[in-house]
This record gives sequence, structure tokens and C-alpha cells, in this order.
Amino acid sequence: MTTATAPELTRSAQHRPSLARLTGVELRKLVDTRAGRWLLFTIGLVTAGIATLQLLYAPDAEQTFVNFFLPSLLPVGLLLPVLGILSITSEWSQRTALTTFALVPRRERVIIAKLATLVVAALASLLASFAVAAVATLVAGATGGAGSWRIEGTLILHATVFQVANVLLGAGFGLLLLNTPLAIVTYLVLPNAWAIVGELVRPLRRAAEWLDVGRTMEPLFTPEITAGQWGRLGVSLLVWLVVPLLAGLVRTMRREVT
Amino acid sequence: MIEVAQLTKRYGRHTAVEDVSFRCEPGTVTGFLGPNGAGKSTTMRMICGLTPPTTGTATVAGRPYRQLPNPGRTVGVLLDASAQHAGRTGREALTVAAATMGVDRRTVGAVLDRVGLNAAAAKRRVRAYSLGMRQRLGLAHALLGDPQVLVLDEPANGLDPEGIFWMRGLLRDFADRGGTVLLSSHLLREVEAVADRLVVIGGGRIVAQGDKDELLAGDGTLVRARDRAALRGALERAGLPVSEGTAGLIVGADTDAVGEAALAAGVALTELRPAGGGGLEQLFLTLTAQADNTAAAAHPTVSGATVRPTEEPVR
Repeated sequence: MTTATAPELTRSAQHRPSLARLTGVELRKLVDTRAGRWLLFTIGLVTAGIATLQLLYAPDAEQTFVNFFLPSLLPVGLLLPVLGILSITSEWSQRTALTTFALVPRRERVIIAKLATLVVAALASLLASFAVAAVATLVAGATGGAGSWRIEGTLILHATVFQVANVLLGAGFGLLLLNTPLAIVTYLVLPNAWAIVGELVRPLRRAAEWLDVGRTMEPLFTPEITAGQWGRLGVSLLVWLVVPLLAGLVRTMRREVT
Repeated sequence: MIEVAQLTKRYGRHTAVEDVSFRCEPGTVTGFLGPNGAGKSTTMRMICGLTPPTTGTATVAGRPYRQLPNPGRTVGVLLDASAQHAGRTGREALTVAAATMGVDRRTVGAVLDRVGLNAAAAKRRVRAYSLGMRQRLGLAHALLGDPQVLVLDEPANGLDPEGIFWMRGLLRDFADRGGTVLLSSHLLREVEAVADRLVVIGGGRIVAQGDKDELLAGDGTLVRARDRAALRGALERAGLPVSEGTAGLIVGADTDAVGEAALAAGVALTELRPAGGGGLEQLFLTLTAQADNTAAAAHPTVSGATVRPTEEPVR
């Protein structure tokens, strides 16, 4: 058959969905199921819970905006990767990949839209942390706490890097393993594995300084980070974030959808 | 239009689909028939770019599926009714698809009406759907982008008789308005009532294809005797191609030749008539049985026992 006889596609069929539209769709898919909504709700709840505990038990002098803000990052940073994993793996466990990739056969565009969505979710979680910390600071100011609002701009940047890296770490594991329980367990076990193996095997201790994401991300909780610390963070994220994302992308592109 | 050319899919040493070629023209319903495991779903997934073929090509509307810019507006696909997120409502599943394709959201309600899912059903989560409701939702999903082509894998599965009747009408109407339909089934009656053309697959190979009427006409003979083995032996000695059918033996010769062969061997017949009346079921059983029998052979051919040679020569 020659191209001359090929039927023309209708106008609407000629426009491929834009990345913005696909990202909008993925955002909707993040919140249109109970599982997704509960996960987001839990993230908000945990943030509020931690602030409440601090209001009740932290010494008055420590009840500042920064001190409300920073502790909320850790539990949220644990849940965001789960969100990242689920948004990728649920396509396969719920078998929606069949319809998703039938509508958008350029699978890399779906993946890019998903990653963009997850970054938006991470930024939203930061806003939630901010909001909760602000409310807590107001309450602290009214109840005799320090209530100081001072926060370094660099700390906000570092917190952003922390949460975005966390959610993408999860996405990378999900994309590479394409299986919900496997990806979550691997993701959660890995830091502990580092701690144990690092202690047992002396030569690995030095490697852990460069590869254990739990340790390389610690400086992100401080306003000042040295070039060396950025370097270690970069190397660890290259290994645990960039490589799984790329390998997972290749795997997703090739995988047969059944 | 769908064009499939020499599609082959191997998994390691197992060949799921081998050298499958056929065309589906606008205005026609093509029934893709075969027993379970014959390679229907694999072929359809290859058409839709979900399974990469080992060799061969498939195009929809003149392009490989993966090169369609917005495929949902060209091809409606229903490959597995259960492949929907159990936690979404029926309406939400369609809304997500509409947003992906850039279809007006109001279309969702119209399409739900068209497949007979009422407002209450649309609000329920897919988890609570029966298989029949999932099929209707899947069909709604396929129709959502107002496509010119439909690719449906076992769409009648789980539908009640009324639902199957309704679906036939819908597909017939779709084709009569210039659409192209490819639907698969392992149940012959389903397809016989709606298809214009048939593609029969067995053991990963196409065993027959052509216009339904032509395939059904056949020029074979159905013959029965109390002593079936003796009859079969007699026919084989006479050099006539014989195969087992449900009702009797199917012979690739006219009634004269069959009767004379039986007489020469002294076998008393209990029935002798043209096989055409046996319908599609006979054809289907015979062809797929042959495919199984000859699967081991190097390059099998259909002996043409019950059917006219198809338009495209069967390889």
C-alpha cells in the first residue's frame, strides 16, 4: 500500500496529547482512587501530628518555625517514595497499563508526565509542611513558645531537594522493579542494609559515605552544605535515582503489556 | 482499515503467532476466530503496539499503531475488560481516558448511555462491576474517541444473551456507517451472526480466511456410517481428503464421489449430504483440528476439506 492511498487521519486524531495534558491526567489519577487519597491524607496528617507533639512536649525556646518545619520533612520523606512507587507500579498491578499505553503508545511521554506529577506532589507536600509549621508557630507564639519565624532561604532549597529526590527515588525503584511490594520492600530495606553491611565490612564504610542515600541526604537538614557534601549527594543520587530511572525507562519501553 | 502482514511472535522456542496476514476493510466486520490459546490476543496486542512482534508489521489507518499521534481518536481498543483500576468509578475511568484523548467531557455521559450503563452504575467502583458491566464499560472506552476502527478482544464474554444481541447491533451499525471492526471470539455463534469476513486461526497460524458466505458455502460433503472407521478407511483409500467433524466425516469431494467410494468398500451409509448446512461450527472445528494435527509438520497446508480456497491463498 502506498502512502497516497493511506486514509487521512481526522483532525482530532492528528494532535498528540501534550505533556501538560498528560501531566494533568496523571495528577488526576493520583487522587481519584481511595488508595491515592488516603496516602496524601496520611502525609498531611503525619505533618500535623508531629507539629502537635512538638507544641505539647518541646521546650518553649525550641518552638520556632524552623523547628516545626524540619521534623515534618522526615516522615513525609518516607511516604513520598511510596507515592512514587505506587504511581508507577499500580499501572501494572491494576493492569491499567493496557489502556494507558493503548491511548499513549509513546510510553516515555507517560513516564515523563508521571515524574512531573510526582515533583508537583513533592512541592505540594512542602507547602503542607510550611502551612502546618506556620500554624504551629502562631499557636506557639500565643502559648508562650519562642514563635520565631526566621528561616534561611538555603534551608528551603535544601528541603525542596530532599523531598523531590525522595519522591523520584521511589519512582526509580518502581520503574525498575515494576512490582509494588518488591519495590516498597527494597526501598525500605536498603538504608538498613547499608547500615548493617557498612558496619560489618570495613572497606565498605568509605563507600557508604558516598552511596548511602540516608547519610548523604543528612546535610540537607542544615542551611550550609559544603561542595564535598553536594558531591557525595550527587554521586549517591546518580546511583540510586538516575540509574534506576533510566534502566526502568528502558524496561518499561520494552515490556510487553498484557 | 487494519492491515496485518506476516506477523510472527516467538517466546523463546515457543511460537505464539506465525506468519499471520489479513486485512480488515472499512464497512466490514471481521470475525477473528480461534480456540483459546490460538494466538488471537497476541495478534491483537501486536496490532495495538502493546506487544512487539518478532517479525512482520501491522498498520491501522495506514500507520503502525505506535506512530498514531492520538490513537484513541482513530482506533477504539478493548483488549481486556478487567484491565481497569478497581478503585475508580466507571465514570472516572472514562473521564481519565477522555482527558488523555482531549475529548469533551460531556461525551462520557453520552457514551455511558450508549452502552447501557445508567447513572447509578457509572457511580460505582469498577471493583463492584460484573464481567458484563466491565465489557460494557470497555466498549464505552473504545467508543469514547469516536474512532473509525474498533479492535475488540472477546467483547461478548460475560454479556447475557440480550447484551450479545445488543452488541451485534452496535457493531453492525458501526460498520454500516463506514467503520472497520475486528472482533475476536472463541464462540462461533457470536461471530457468525455479525461478521462479514472471517479469519480463523489455530495454533498460531491462519487456517482459513475469506467472506463468511463463501466460507460457509463450502463444497465438501458430510457423510456418516455406523462403522465410522471402515468408512474413513474407504475414503482414504479412494484418495479423498477426510477429516472428523462432530456430526460425521467431512470429505473434500462431492456426494457422488463419496457415495461411490463407500459402495466400493461395501460400507452402508446412514447420511450423505453437502456439508454447507453444518454451518460455521463444523468449519471451525475442522479447521482448528487440522491446525492442531498439522502443527508438527514443517509447512502445513489446509487440505481444503470443507471450504473453498480462501481469497488469499492460505499458507
